Amino acid sequence: MADGHIILQDLRKSFNSKHVLNGINLSVPKGHSLVVIGGSGTGKSVMLKCILGILHADSGSIQIGGEEITGLKGKARDEFLRRFGMLFQGGALFDSLPVWENVAFGLTHGRNVPRAKAKDIAIEKLSQVGLTAEVAKLYPAELSGGMQKRVGLARAIAADPEIIFFDEPTTGLDPIMADIINKLIVDCVKRLGATTISITHDMASARKIADDIAMIHKGEIIWQGPAKTIDYSDNPYVDQFIHGRGTGPIQMEVLKA
Amino acid sequence: MNPFQPIGRAVLALLAEIGRVALFLKDGLAQGLSPTYYIRQILEQMWRIGYNSLPVVGLTAFFTGGALALQIYLGSSRFNAEGLVASIVALGITRELGPVLAGLMVAGRVGASIAAELGTMRVTEQIDALVTLSTNPFKYLVGPRLIAAVVTLPILVAIGDTIGIMGGYIVGTRSLGFNSYAYIKNTADFLEVDDVTSGLIKAAVFGFIIAVMGCYHGFNSKGGAQGVGRATTNAVVSAAILILAANFALTNLLFSE
Repeated sequence: MADGHIILQDLRKSFNSKHVLNGINLSVPKGHSLVVIGGSGTGKSVMLKCILGILHADSGSIQIGGEEITGLKGKARDEFLRRFGMLFQGGALFDSLPVWENVAFGLTHGRNVPRAKAKDIAIEKLSQVGLTAEVAKLYPAELSGGMQKRVGLARAIAADPEIIFFDEPTTGLDPIMADIINKLIVDCVKRLGATTISITHDMASARKIADDIAMIHKGEIIWQGPAKTIDYSDNPYVDQFIHGRGTGPIQMEVLKA
Repeated sequence: MNPFQPIGRAVLALLAEIGRVALFLKDGLAQGLSPTYYIRQILEQMWRIGYNSLPVVGLTAFFTGGALALQIYLGSSRFNAEGLVASIVALGITRELGPVLAGLMVAGRVGASIAAELGTMRVTEQIDALVTLSTNPFKYLVGPRLIAAVVTLPILVAIGDTIGIMGGYIVGTRSLGFNSYAYIKNTADFLEVDDVTSGLIKAAVFGFIIAVMGCYHGFNSKGGAQGVGRATTNAVVSAAILILAANFALTNLLFSE
């Protein structure tokens, strides 16, 4: 665990009496792509938000490149966040800004890159995700779901971050577009040499983009290993999840009306 | 059931809400108003809050000035004091009706718009996206709206005062038979600088209330479209009530002998 680029130790987070993270332990080596799988409400997104400081963990340790980051505030936190890129599930593009300003946002606001230069970088990043310069002046509402994901990806890689998080990158896309997005993620990550954590329910996506896979259940990592060994995990929870079986040790919580 | 229980619960909920607003205000002022300033955002908000509210504030002031002239004429004619119409219209508009009606109209138009915009940004993770792009949402979203509302409301009210007095003048000279020169002279002779500045001070306070309520409810909205709708309603209702309460307190403060 000591050689990990991202290391989480005994990370805990509760909302009132609901314990969402129950002591997460995770390590991602530099340049590796880890995919975290798990059912809805198991704490995947909360874990990412705790690392980014959007939510504050109740206890535990988060180390990035050997530096403890749980107590960072103000400018130190802004500096730390400059090392990150994030693709949100719904894109989270700013409706009021055209596509190129969305992509260049981290450059113009976080790094004071002049607007003209930031626009050139944005158009270059858009071309890397298969979008033309014509798209740059459109607004997010004028784009399809797949195009919005691509723009979100271009924004995530715009500042060449060393760490990128992908939150459900293929949710809501048709299988062909999902495969295109997966391939773009693999290409972009390879080009940047970034360390990545992705969270998904989509096993096809997980197999395509992961070096390692971890499974989270009830706020704990119950299995972690190389992606190609997941079919032989010998873990009944993992087996049930990857084969999508309704019966098994994972009991879905269904509220009755 | 104890009949005092619902009252106690409501009081506790109110106190908790006041505490949350106070904490939001602390962050909004400390983070939102500290350097660096997003000048483009401030100017854009001034345009939206100030310039775009001109028609509604102008029309409200015009018709209120006209109606006020009619009412004062009808009332004062009972004891042969019709000559007071011009001065009372000017006083009523500048001290009370100008700032209060402009405040309420802008609370409906702008407070709702701020809450809906920020609420949508919250539920679509755009505010989280700002954080991951090293941009403090209080600086980028709250600060510009606070500054723009506090600066533009007094300007709006100054214009509204002029239009309101003009409404009284038109009704007075066209319908009630006042001499044009005498009406203007009465207005100018009677009106003092303090009458106008007190209204402008009130306007700045009302602008602050509108922006804080819009930002607070938008920032804390949750639960999708229904949550955004609730935030919008709460922003307008709370701003309107606080404007009326602040108006009473300020009138007491500014005009007490």
